[in-house]
Amino acid sequence: MLESYIKERRKTKDILLMTHMVLGYPSFEACFDIVEQMVEAGVDLMELQIPFSEPMADGPVILTANQKALQTGTTVPKCLEFAETVSKDFPIPFLFMTYANIPYQYGMEKFAAKMAALNMRGAIIPDLPPEEGEDYIQAMRHNNLDPIFIFSPETSDERLSYLSSLASGFVYCTARKGVTGKKTRFSEDLSAYLSRCRKAVSLPLAVGFGVREKADVEFLKSRADIAVIGSETIRVVEEKGISAVGEFIRSIR
Amino acid sequence: MKNRGYYGKFGGAFLPEILVATFDELEIAFEDLKSDPAFWDEYSALMSSYSCRPTPLTFAANLTREFNGAKIYIKREDLNHTGAHKANNVMGQGLMVRKMGKKRVIAETGAGQHGVATATMAAKFGLDCTIYMGEVDVLRQRPNVFWMEQLGATVVPVKDGTRILKDAINEAFRDWVTNMDTTHYVLGTACGPHPFPEMVAYFQSIIGKEARQQILKIEGKLPSRVYACVGGGSNALGLFSGFLNDPVDLVGVEAGGRGLQSGMHASRLCSKDARPGIAQGYKTYFLQDNDGQMKETHSISAGLDYIGVSPILSHMNETGRARFESATDDEVIAALKLTMVKEGIIPALESAHAFAQAFKEAPGLSKEDAIIINQSGRGDKDIFTVAEAFNDPKWKDFIIGKAATYHA
Repeated sequence: MLESYIKERRKTKDILLMTHMVLGYPSFEACFDIVEQMVEAGVDLMELQIPFSEPMADGPVILTANQKALQTGTTVPKCLEFAETVSKDFPIPFLFMTYANIPYQYGMEKFAAKMAALNMRGAIIPDLPPEEGEDYIQAMRHNNLDPIFIFSPETSDERLSYLSSLASGFVYCTARKGVTGKKTRFSEDLSAYLSRCRKAVSLPLAVGFGVREKADVEFLKSRADIAVIGSETIRVVEEKGISAVGEFIRSIR
Repeated sequence: MKNRGYYGKFGGAFLPEILVATFDELEIAFEDLKSDPAFWDEYSALMSSYSCRPTPLTFAANLTREFNGAKIYIKREDLNHTGAHKANNVMGQGLMVRKMGKKRVIAETGAGQHGVATATMAAKFGLDCTIYMGEVDVLRQRPNVFWMEQLGATVVPVKDGTRILKDAINEAFRDWVTNMDTTHYVLGTACGPHPFPEMVAYFQSIIGKEARQQILKIEGKLPSRVYACVGGGSNALGLFSGFLNDPVDLVGVEAGGRGLQSGMHASRLCSKDARPGIAQGYKTYFLQDNDGQMKETHSISAGLDYIGVSPILSHMNETGRARFESATDDEVIAALKLTMVKEGIIPALESAHAFAQAFKEAPGLSKEDAIIINQSGRGDKDIFTVAEAFNDPKWKDFIIGKAATYHA
């Protein structure tokens, strides 16, 4: 399971990196090249986002990537096929990130079984809180997969412990309010919130939303276990091309 | 999460974690207000002084003669301030916003009616107001954009996705996850995460309460059937709620667009093209493809042009408590024309769907039967849309001439 992988890696690294990509954007070929560069640059885990037409929690960069991926014919079967390829070809754990309707239409149990068959390790579904996700949580457990839950700065202590009781693998802490890809202030407030998270759960903590540069990752060392780079790598690809990804990743840790 | 708000297997609250606390707060505010015995009086008083409540129930004598069947009554929601039933929901939520002490409201709008209603409420209550509207809708509904801006609202054209109503809803949620401390999202219909479906239906229930009293007073008995158009479903739930425990057929009419066979429609409950799904924070019937991606919808009326439908109506469809039919664009235009020349009443294109279905069924009922059609909005303020739907040559000449004067 992911927890032991993360804890093992943390013995030699002061922070791990998890990156994100929207499958099929700008193309599946490009996605493969990006994964290859990321893994070479030392990325520890990756989120593969299956695009959805209504990505409510995503900001402009990832939102546009979702739309363009769908416009160019990205389908769920193609995403699954891609996931199978990369999880076979690369030695790091891969997770799916998507919205609830995608696994719901596929069938929760069938989706989880498929993930296990593809050697995927977990999933992040931002619009599926545990109260609504009973079938999903069960299906993930049956298949030895980690359903990754989310903490937010608005989450009460009571709810943090409720979420902790269901979580496995690691917990994804959103660094601030709002959607993905906007600026975050890496401040004392964030630090206090992360120690609240630390107290609530013994699982590793990943921190995402607005992690863009070396200073952000530095800040998260000692406060979290995984820094999540989401929108920023899409921006790098859009502005400097696919070949710039590896260098960007090496520059931030 | 305190309560998840299910209607059979539909509804729920599929919320990103960041909004859970906001929805808990909203639910408490709504529960407080429902259990406050003074609230409904405060709300009714506001609606009778700021809007035109109770709205009349008009007997349509000429249409009744025309179809030679059931007596046709029209519930006149078009006579509300801003010309539609939207005001009922908006003013109710406005009172709630004041109690919660928030200073800013946001809303989505499709055709613009809900946006205009929200902008009036914000002006009256002294709130900042931002309206999200799909870019496609901004281009085709300029008069409503003009009024929203004159009323002091900021209108943000949404350039993502299909650039219509559903995309405006997504964008409003994106604003809310950032600004929930100061801001309330005035969702315009009985959709979205709990408690919105229940809350919007609660404010709209004023329609059904009045209609039931009015028909009993005039006819001395209940209607056989009541008709309402269904986009998100708020005007239908408003009317239906008055007759839930009565032996009255509840008929919801969806947008048939160019026909159910064409795929160009917005019929979630009466076509085979939709199935249960999860999007925009709730579970209901959605028009979607096999992967679960939402489809493009089509209707002559922007207000019915939506992928989902109230979870309360999805449940009423499953239990058989309500029946759902559709009317095509052509049937809607014909019903609108007939209503104007026979009664001097101008229904909105949305409402004309309910008229079209009622006209199909009225001849089959007896003269002892009475039916009520909900005229959810008025059509004369949609002059650009209606004139275009009628393809009126004199109107086109006028627009061309008018445009020329701006170039001069």
